[in-house]
Amino acid sequence: MAKVLMKGNEAIAEAAIEAGCKYYFGYPITPQTEISEYMAKRMPDEGGLCLQAESEIAAINMLLGASASGTRAMTSSSSPGISLKSEGVSYLVGCDLPAVIVNVQRGGPGLGGIQPSQADYYQATKAYGHGDMHLPVLAPSTVQEMATLTCEAFDIADIYRTPVIILADGAVGQMMEPVNIAECRSREVPPKTWAACGHGGRRRHNIINSLLMDPEELERTVLARFERYREIEKNELAFAEYMVDDADIIVVAFGIAARICRTAVDAVRAKGIKAGLLRPITLWPFPSSRILFHSETAKAFLSVELSMGQMVTDVKLACECRRPVEFFGRTGGVIPEPGDVAAKLTAMAKELGCETR
Amino acid sequence: MTKDILIAGFGGQGVLFAGKALAKMAMNSEYEVTWLPSYGPEMRGGAANCSVIISDDVIGSPLVPAPDILIAMNRPSFDKFEPRIKPGGMLFADSSMIDAASSRTDIDAFYIPASRMASENGLSRFANVIMLGFMIAKTSLFDYYEFLSDLVYEITRDDIAAGNHRALSLGYNYQEK
Amino acid sequence: MSIVFDKPHALTDELMHYCPGCTHGIVHRLVAEVIDELDIEDRTVGIAPVGCAVFAYNYFACDMIEAAHGRAPAVATGVKRANPELVVFTYQGDGDLAAIGTAETVHAATRGENITVIFINNCIYGMTGGQMAPTTLPGQVTTTTPYGRKPKIQGNPIRVCEMLSTLDGVAYAARVSVDTPANVRTAKAAIMRGFRNQLARKGFSIIEVLSTCPTNWGLSPVEALSWLRENMIPYYPLGTYKDIDAAGGGRK
Repeated sequence: MAKVLMKGNEAIAEAAIEAGCKYYFGYPITPQTEISEYMAKRMPDEGGLCLQAESEIAAINMLLGASASGTRAMTSSSSPGISLKSEGVSYLVGCDLPAVIVNVQRGGPGLGGIQPSQADYYQATKAYGHGDMHLPVLAPSTVQEMATLTCEAFDIADIYRTPVIILADGAVGQMMEPVNIAECRSREVPPKTWAACGHGGRRRHNIINSLLMDPEELERTVLARFERYREIEKNELAFAEYMVDDADIIVVAFGIAARICRTAVDAVRAKGIKAGLLRPITLWPFPSSRILFHSETAKAFLSVELSMGQMVTDVKLACECRRPVEFFGRTGGVIPEPGDVAAKLTAMAKELGCETR
Repeated sequence: MTKDILIAGFGGQGVLFAGKALAKMAMNSEYEVTWLPSYGPEMRGGAANCSVIISDDVIGSPLVPAPDILIAMNRPSFDKFEPRIKPGGMLFADSSMIDAASSRTDIDAFYIPASRMASENGLSRFANVIMLGFMIAKTSLFDYYEFLSDLVYEITRDDIAAGNHRALSLGYNYQEK
Repeated sequence: MSIVFDKPHALTDELMHYCPGCTHGIVHRLVAEVIDELDIEDRTVGIAPVGCAVFAYNYFACDMIEAAHGRAPAVATGVKRANPELVVFTYQGDGDLAAIGTAETVHAATRGENITVIFINNCIYGMTGGQMAPTTLPGQVTTTTPYGRKPKIQGNPIRVCEMLSTLDGVAYAARVSVDTPANVRTAKAAIMRGFRNQLARKGFSIIEVLSTCPTNWGLSPVEALSWLRENMIPYYPLGTYKDIDAAGGGRK
């Protein structure tokens, strides 16, 4: 299949259909409404369904029902709507149900704005819902990745029986780039013998449930789930690196910020500053071990985010105080320019006494 | 080669479409390309702009803080973005909408009364395509005939295909006085 | 010797946790009898609520899903839309259906989701120990209306069947009671109707069952039945509020 020019939001929708997602439930909110619109157009041809729910709360619970009955389903929203979904996310986890949830982030808190943001990093990686839980969080940086990571998300969700978050932002959602949906890969996934889809007289009834009144039993269930989390950490960690091998300063950035940082790295390299870029593709699991590894050789780290600095905490934890970790970011929907990041890198290089040409 | 292009005007002038046409052409020509729009309520009749980056290398930031090429279709866009054009860059301005001229000596400025030409020729919604034709004539980025095939032969609605054809041709063949 | 009375197949052997005199057990049995008689257990999925019936997933022998508080109609929508061949029912109390889940209830109804909703109205929150429900009667004492529900302070109760009967997506809305053997038979006929409607793809059916809560009302089981008759039925009259198959448009 040839490359086509697509918006990031459209690429998510098309890739979901490619991955066999038959049911999409959503509620309009900028800057991700194209996902709903695309699904509404395409799903009838696919024998699937795009249903506009009365709220984000209803949408995620419809997703829960569709998933509980054994089908592939998805919902999407942007930051304020994602907060409404957090109840459902926790129940999906508690019920061990696969699901794909897309957050095309905008500025907050409250209604915030509609411009791109990464300020839901903490929410996505630490506390999407109540209770002891983790969620795999995938952070696309290109429109192609919006597609490929969406397909990945469905497989990860099915293999480990967990909701998976696509943490995008308004810029990657709204921008167009050439994309080849055929580059999406699919893996073998286990059969859904647990689904509530009618016992057919062939088995005992399946129960999809997150309520466990006996503390010992609840603890056992959580422990078993955390065993799966260890597997995810082992098997699903993903990151990309650019010019890190000889880097004095390693920039850590994801999504749209990583693209800006790549341009900045090129700019300061041209001036002789040895900068590199580590781009987490999975935000959970986080590439902590890789950052620790680089702390042997790099003199400092710089976390660049479209927020007041959230991932920077994970970078600090990862390098175990061996190296200084600095932060640069803009918030509220303001996108930092490559020149701003380059200036920060230049100042850091000077302070560290790094060689320059 | 990397070209940072900014197309700006009022919502409804088709600046997003013009950018998409450029992006698609660049993709067809095997370039790397990004297209980033302004979006949300500001598009509903207010200011609209889109950034298009065309490169033979991987594109990092999709932002265009300083364009190589600015296509300005109204006065506010001219006022806002003309000072940001990179030295050695190019300005394409719709002179029927912008009653000003660039005083910069370090850029090449080109003027075309695209909106007036559009309305005089019964092409009132095609000023954006006139601007594209004009830009293609003045740069060597794209081949006119490839653009024609994309904007005319791949369009299923006959009236739009014909409008695109006439508008592109008008812009391409326009001679500045 | 012939068996004249037996446990329905659609109920499991799990011991129910309901209080003495609570009518949940009767309604569970009626639903299970209907599932047996229609022979649909193998293709039925039930959605349990949050409230006293939260453990319903252990009692019904069909596949079951436990929903978040109030979200059962949305979960049912997801199941049914993804599997139109399944028979999907929700079993919800008054807090679940008419307070926290009002939006989900109203919108599933107005979309005409082809599901069957069993709605237990006992005028109180049972599971949490007797607080005010959206259906708590004016003047009724609960732990959160210790001086009686005052409409000027706590607002008015909701009459769910009346409200939903205005919606085009609703095929059937009926209020029944399980306070007498005769009413239990009527209730079963209404529940049967609700499931048959779904099999005939007629749309949203809701059966509101007036029920007792002796424990939280502070009454004996027999006194509770009298209280239901004397206080609830006058405020929540029994009857069919909408039936698209009835002559003359179907609204009461």
